[in-house]
Amino acid sequence: MPPITARFQLAYNAFSLDVDLQLPSTGITILFGSSGSGKTTLLRCIAGLEQAPIGFLEINGSVWQDSEHKVFLPTYQRNLGYVFQEANLFPHLSVEDNLQFGLKRLGKHPNKTELQNLLELLGIEHLLKRMPERLSGGEKQRVAIARALVLNPDILLMDEPLAALDFKRKQEILPFLTRLHQQLEIPVLYVTHSHQEVAQLTDTLVLLEEGKVLASGSLSETLSRLDLPFAQDKEASTVWQATLIAHEADYYLSRVAIADETLSLPFIDAALGTSLRIQIYARDVSIALEKPKATSILNILPALINDFTHDSYGQCIVQLRVGTQSLLAHITRKSALLLGLKRDMPVYVQIKGTSLLS
Amino acid sequence: MLTSADLDTLLLTFKVASLTTLLMLLIGTPLAWWLARTNSIFKGFINTIVSLPLVLPPTVLGFYLLVIMGPAGVIGKLTTELGLGTLPFTFPGLIIASVLYSMPFVVQPLQAAFTSIGEQPLEAAATLRASPLDSFFSVIVPLTKPGFLTASILGFTHTVGEFGVVLMIGGNIPDKTRVVSVQIYNHVEALEYTEAHWLAGCLLAFSFTVLFILYSVLKTQPNVQQLK
Repeated sequence: MPPITARFQLAYNAFSLDVDLQLPSTGITILFGSSGSGKTTLLRCIAGLEQAPIGFLEINGSVWQDSEHKVFLPTYQRNLGYVFQEANLFPHLSVEDNLQFGLKRLGKHPNKTELQNLLELLGIEHLLKRMPERLSGGEKQRVAIARALVLNPDILLMDEPLAALDFKRKQEILPFLTRLHQQLEIPVLYVTHSHQEVAQLTDTLVLLEEGKVLASGSLSETLSRLDLPFAQDKEASTVWQATLIAHEADYYLSRVAIADETLSLPFIDAALGTSLRIQIYARDVSIALEKPKATSILNILPALINDFTHDSYGQCIVQLRVGTQSLLAHITRKSALLLGLKRDMPVYVQIKGTSLLS
Repeated sequence: MLTSADLDTLLLTFKVASLTTLLMLLIGTPLAWWLARTNSIFKGFINTIVSLPLVLPPTVLGFYLLVIMGPAGVIGKLTTELGLGTLPFTFPGLIIASVLYSMPFVVQPLQAAFTSIGEQPLEAAATLRASPLDSFFSVIVPLTKPGFLTASILGFTHTVGEFGVVLMIGGNIPDKTRVVSVQIYNHVEALEYTEAHWLAGCLLAFSFTVLFILYSVLKTQPNVQQLK
């Protein structure tokens, strides 16, 4: 599939959006930014819920908007799926009728097995006869996702689908999204301001600020860029793609491989060879000039200092390379001075903790 | 007991009220929809016009209609040109006056219902391939059923209850424009208190029952909050 081209210019009173993006045609692209950054407006422009006076949008080879040639497909003629922040189910229709709503208008009957798979994937088979008022927030949102996907859209647009849910419900729905991520073949544009969702779901990250694209690129690249706010954040982290290679049942540990290196992680209940996403918080990474011998920390890797910067709170943000992977470390400025950090300096990193994302 | 003349007025009253309600829904629905969603500078003006009958004495509205639809009025001239004669003191004239007089009772509940459901259901419907017209009938109407119910019943009962406008524009012509409220007035004028009691009692019982049903039913209707 050709990539997605999206160019929009629009101005309200105090807000303006001006973006020019090429997005990959597979995987989850996260539109990340604080409120007022224009991420939702961008999503709404793509859906046609908002009409940017100047805009060009091409998805899967078809042009949905081309203001130069006065082309603007209304939302209902665009082959898309949209998941709103609040599930937005029709309260007068049962779950099943909500799912059928779009299909009826397409005059399509869904493929029975496909539908069954979708219901199973989202865990909503048992809810079909219920009315929306009798669903929990998490269930509503899962139905809303199914309602969008059942139409076989060319693109799935999700506007902070977890923002209205409490922590517990979020944890309940994230695994479904991760599964979806692995199985979906269409591109997903996902708006969020949650670091957790970014780390867990992203393939491509688009960072928006005041209606402009600050950066866009692969997740690990973007997360570790020192010039972006991610690296400075207290929750700063990097995400590595790893493969499960061994279990150490005696210690309740598992070993994963990242390129040439291996890491020990708390036991992972999965088959050997499984591909995993692990997140390493910058605050859990410390730096040593020589390989520490007697230490309780299991994960010690050789690394190269790539770059570092200081923030105004006595903190030094260090960007390192471990093999081909980027890694961030937050250390104190004093430590940085005592160690005499320089670019391209070989060091050892000790990783105190990692979290498994999928 | 009700005399046959009284029964005729009852029948005519329900005929007028039914037809009026139907016309008000046909005209009032798009009007309320427009008022609920527009940012036009004319919104305030149109809102005022629609709401005027709420505050004007019915005789004032009736008087102006009489003038406009009379032989020398703009509409009167037009209808005469078209070979329809003039409208005052006819059944169609009474219907037009009733529609104008009771319109706010239809437009306001509908406008409130349309406003309160907001953009969200429409946007959801649009992302599920429903055209605007389709969305209106498959999503908006079911979600604003209580608004339609309130509008119909208020419009109907208010038309049944009108008096001043009828007197001005309809007159007191048996089987054509003599509705219940006028007939009660006739009875009282003639000191026929028993007959007046019967008719007045009928109207009281009717209005009470209808409103009671309305408010009982509305309690169980789904409301907009459940959207979320």
